[in-house]
Amino acid sequence: MMHFLLLFSRQGKLRLQKWFTPVPEREKKKIVRDMTTMVLGRKPRSCNFLHWKDLKIVYKKYASLYFCCGLDAEENELLALEVLHRYVELLDKYFGNVCELDIIFNFEKAYFILDEFLLGGEVQETSKQVLSRSIEASDMLQEAEIDNSDYDLELGWP
Amino acid sequence: MNLISKSAYINMGYFQPFPFLCLSERDDNMEKSKQRPEPMQALTLYKHSRCLYFQEEEKLIKKELASLKEQVASPNTTMRQMKEIMVRAIYCEMLGYQASFSYIHAIKLAQQGSVLEKRVGYLAVSLFLKETDEFLLLLVNTVLKDLQSTNLIEVCMALTVVSQMFPKDMIPAILPVVEEKLTHPKEIIRRKAVLALYKFYLIAPNQVQHIHSKFRKALCDKDPGVMTASLHIYLQLIKESPESYKDLTGSMVTILRQVVGGKLPLDFNYHSVPAPWLQIQLLRILAYLGKEDQGTSEVMYDVLEESLRRAEMNHNITYAILYECVKTIYTVHPKSQLLEKAAECIGNFVLSPKINLKYLGLKALTYVVQQDANLALPHQITIIECLDHSDVIIKRETLELLFRITNAQNVTVIVEKMLEFLRLTSDDYSTIDLVGKVAELTMNSVFSLGGDVMQPDIPNNFLRLLAEGVDSVEDRQLRLFAVDSYVSLLQGETAKLPQRFLQVISWVLGEYSYLREEDSDPGSVMRLLARLLDQRHTSTETRSWVLGAMTKLCSSPVSVALARDVCERYLSWAKSVWANIPLCVTFEILVDSSLSFLDGYVSEALAAGAAPYKSPHQRQEELVQEKALSLEPYGLSLPVSLSSCSITDRLTDRQSPTLLSMSSGLSGNSTELSHKEGSTALKLDGVKRVWGKDGYLAQQQSAGETPIPQVELPSPLLSPQSPPSQTQKPSSGPEPDQEKRQLASSLFVGLGSHNSVCLVRLPSTVCSVSIADQSNVFKALFKPFYINSCRSALHNLLDTTTVASEGGAATTTLQQTSQRTLDHTTSNGSPHVEGTEQRVEAGGPLSLIRGNDLHPAPALERPRDLPLTSHLPAELSGLARSELTTLCSDHDPSLALSACRVYKEDALVLLVFISNNTDSTLHQMALQLTCKELEVYFSDWPLTVSTGDYGKMWLSFSHDLKQNLRLVTTEHQEPLTATLDALKGKLHLHIVDVIGSEGIVACRLLQGQGQGQPCLLHCRVHADSLAVWLRSPVPELPDSLLYHCQKALTET
Repeated sequence: MMHFLLLFSRQGKLRLQKWFTPVPEREKKKIVRDMTTMVLGRKPRSCNFLHWKDLKIVYKKYASLYFCCGLDAEENELLALEVLHRYVELLDKYFGNVCELDIIFNFEKAYFILDEFLLGGEVQETSKQVLSRSIEASDMLQEAEIDNSDYDLELGWP
Repeated sequence: MNLISKSAYINMGYFQPFPFLCLSERDDNMEKSKQRPEPMQALTLYKHSRCLYFQEEEKLIKKELASLKEQVASPNTTMRQMKEIMVRAIYCEMLGYQASFSYIHAIKLAQQGSVLEKRVGYLAVSLFLKETDEFLLLLVNTVLKDLQSTNLIEVCMALTVVSQMFPKDMIPAILPVVEEKLTHPKEIIRRKAVLALYKFYLIAPNQVQHIHSKFRKALCDKDPGVMTASLHIYLQLIKESPESYKDLTGSMVTILRQVVGGKLPLDFNYHSVPAPWLQIQLLRILAYLGKEDQGTSEVMYDVLEESLRRAEMNHNITYAILYECVKTIYTVHPKSQLLEKAAECIGNFVLSPKINLKYLGLKALTYVVQQDANLALPHQITIIECLDHSDVIIKRETLELLFRITNAQNVTVIVEKMLEFLRLTSDDYSTIDLVGKVAELTMNSVFSLGGDVMQPDIPNNFLRLLAEGVDSVEDRQLRLFAVDSYVSLLQGETAKLPQRFLQVISWVLGEYSYLREEDSDPGSVMRLLARLLDQRHTSTETRSWVLGAMTKLCSSPVSVALARDVCERYLSWAKSVWANIPLCVTFEILVDSSLSFLDGYVSEALAAGAAPYKSPHQRQEELVQEKALSLEPYGLSLPVSLSSCSITDRLTDRQSPTLLSMSSGLSGNSTELSHKEGSTALKLDGVKRVWGKDGYLAQQQSAGETPIPQVELPSPLLSPQSPPSQTQKPSSGPEPDQEKRQLASSLFVGLGSHNSVCLVRLPSTVCSVSIADQSNVFKALFKPFYINSCRSALHNLLDTTTVASEGGAATTTLQQTSQRTLDHTTSNGSPHVEGTEQRVEAGGPLSLIRGNDLHPAPALERPRDLPLTSHLPAELSGLARSELTTLCSDHDPSLALSACRVYKEDALVLLVFISNNTDSTLHQMALQLTCKELEVYFSDWPLTVSTGDYGKMWLSFSHDLKQNLRLVTTEHQEPLTATLDALKGKLHLHIVDVIGSEGIVACRLLQGQGQGQPCLLHCRVHADSLAVWLRSPVPELPDSLLYHCQKALTET
């Protein structure tokens, strides 16, 4: 199970955080600090996996942003890398040519996408099509609401 | 609020507008007319991210928060504005500022907002609140309402929020509704419901027990997504009690087969791999089901094999599947075919240039060596390279792997490596913790295995490890762990524990027992130690250690009583020891204030890396400075002073580092002990040195111990007696390589002796040798080197062939054999032989071809009186060469065939001259070279060295050979000079120096395996023969050279 997902910039600025298990606030801060120092301190071309206490840390850099997640020890690291990649793909599909800026400006969207993709630390849905359809549905809802019309919510769903 | 445009941010250089994915990484390159959604309304907020200084940022955020607080409190704030405020609050919280005033409003938003506002409300709630937050209780009714809503999005949101965080006590309230959703017509709802139940199962397993049958229905759901979601629950359930779910094996296997076979909709493909997440989940479940269950395992063999076979694409995701598959194969009941394939797979991982795969390969190896330590053997070189890897993570994983293959023979080297690592990463507390534990465990298992034959610096190192470092929590934990494990060891049977281990135990207990303060009985450790004292097999030396520990423990009244008791009994014992020690000797030593008799030992200890002695005064100062624990009790094994037996203690302790368990009796040996002490230097000659500092000794040792049957080897260069590990690898520099080899031999020593067949597919010829001959440890151990050696043979064959007369048959077949070996290795693709591979291609059949190329050069028509040598090609004319040998001239008088060897800098060129002896022109000629007559020839090339260099090299070479040779006698020369000249002429050796009746000669190997490796000869005239002593770093070289010397001398 995934315990947390953090997105942070090269400067160590947190861009998104998601905790799948209950973690005390102080511990969260410590983890974020540890992760940024650990991951940012890694040389390029080194291994994408780290250890932190009894957790496995898998991180990957996409342009200027680091995607970093903490997993149970028995999880498959390579698969976790692909989870990160799929998330980036989803963001990319949604925003189109996604970059750090998109996440800064629309971080709540990034959260919504993440909630459709991962639930309770497990992969919920892997199909890009299905996922983007459900995300689109919510966005159409937004437009519908702006129109103040009674939008048939069933329509947008797969 | 001033708005800052996006471009402003870009110019600030804080984040770059580079897309995360480059075009090739995208599936759909088409739709790229980017329409960025309108920037969020709260643009001002993002000004924060451009704050250069923390204070500035803090000021801004504080201001922002104040304004937010004001707004939420205002009754005029609409829900839409509230949504906006929530987003900002989330952002502030992410930056690390408390926005707790907004929590209640987040709940309100979720309760009262429209769908869109609700979504933000739920998001804020899930980000702000914890499962224990009381606020959450306010949300239960909202969630319940939303779960029952007819609006799908509301249901989804509610399910999402409950599976993210929900108070445990409130689960029963919503459980029936969530359960209901399992039969919802929409698969997305069913999927989310299953995941929500999974979450409930994790936090409160007993509450969802009654719906297990419904899980089964979810498993059979027609939608693969729902089925996948249900596997999360099943993985958990099966992990907890595999027995109750054995009946599911069939279904799981069927599902996996369908997935692997591509039966799922294309939607589930990920980079054209069918549902990898599902595959991995299933493989994991199968591993739990098939563990230690042959029947169940048999059901899944086929599908496992298929998964292995299908995962062949070069993509991370296939490697992920492969890795999981390998893990499963090694977890379930073993099937040799599958294991073989899995081992091959691991091999590919380990050898992969991709660092992530290498890491996983090491991890997989770590996992599998627990079953079969031999699996690590084919990867020795890689493992050693990984040990020096620049990436700490790889290093750590390698140590973990080594830890698993630790045995009594290789423990020194491994522990040394671990300590080395520890020293480098002292700041990383988790690493200290881990390596400390690793060392600890190693110590325990290994001490009990071979404690008495170990070098004394190992326990000392270990004790240093325990004592070093500040009193951090981790250190305490480690020490406590050590104390606890030792106490439990002592509570068991102690008779079998080696003395040295007992000494370590008593020291640790004496030093750190106080950590067990929660232990109600302070006397327990004391009693254990006392029991140890009473045991007959405890040696004198150990007793003094135990007594030392006991003095340290005399803090509580119980302990003091116990100690007094012990004192009374052992006073008499101490007296008896005293009685046995010739008093005069003892006292002489004791008053010898310079302690000169210890000089030998001290210098040895210093050489071995011990710290120089410091006076107590000095130490005290250092202690004050460093706030560290005193190191001397274990550093130089100086004892803790004991009131009653300090002298005995002193005596025995000084002995300990050099004399291994010398006193085992009670007082009978003390006489001997005192004798030893009395002698001016400690005798080390008699002590069997099982372990050298670099481990090389051990290898020699075991080579001597293990009878190595003669194996037929495809090369005369490979003598089975010589440890193949010493063969040089040509691709890299000789020095570090040699080190690696030695390290390998010391790390992997003792691994191949379990008579198990190595599972990694190796070149068939090599394998057959090693499998057929299982007792031959070294063949199994050093396969890679063996291959290299074969290759060296091949090189020599190819590069240094010479024609005719020199005899030697059957070389052709040999060549083929080596060639085959080579091919196999090439397909095996191990990286450490790649260098050689290229060389074979480039320089392989060269010399023969070169020969062919050259012989057009000697013109077929030429004046007979000119010497053939004048026809040498220009580039070869200046070089040293052998005499021209005529070949088969009598066969056909019209044609003369002769050959000579030319020593080029990097090659030995074979020149074949074909001369036309008639006057007529030859128009056609067929030349046939039969390889049957070709023979391996060691090409020796002069090595220009000075006498001084020679001396240094002589000492550094390890392979030597002595033999008497015939002296050549001529009229006008000294026999020695004549002989050496003859050798020089024939073999092209370099005579370094001739002094009196001694001569030193050097040469080096021209090409092939171990190219450039020197061989040194020391010749001395002894009666009427020449005593030759050869030395070289390459094991085969002296042997081969000697053979050629003999031949050369017989010929003259």
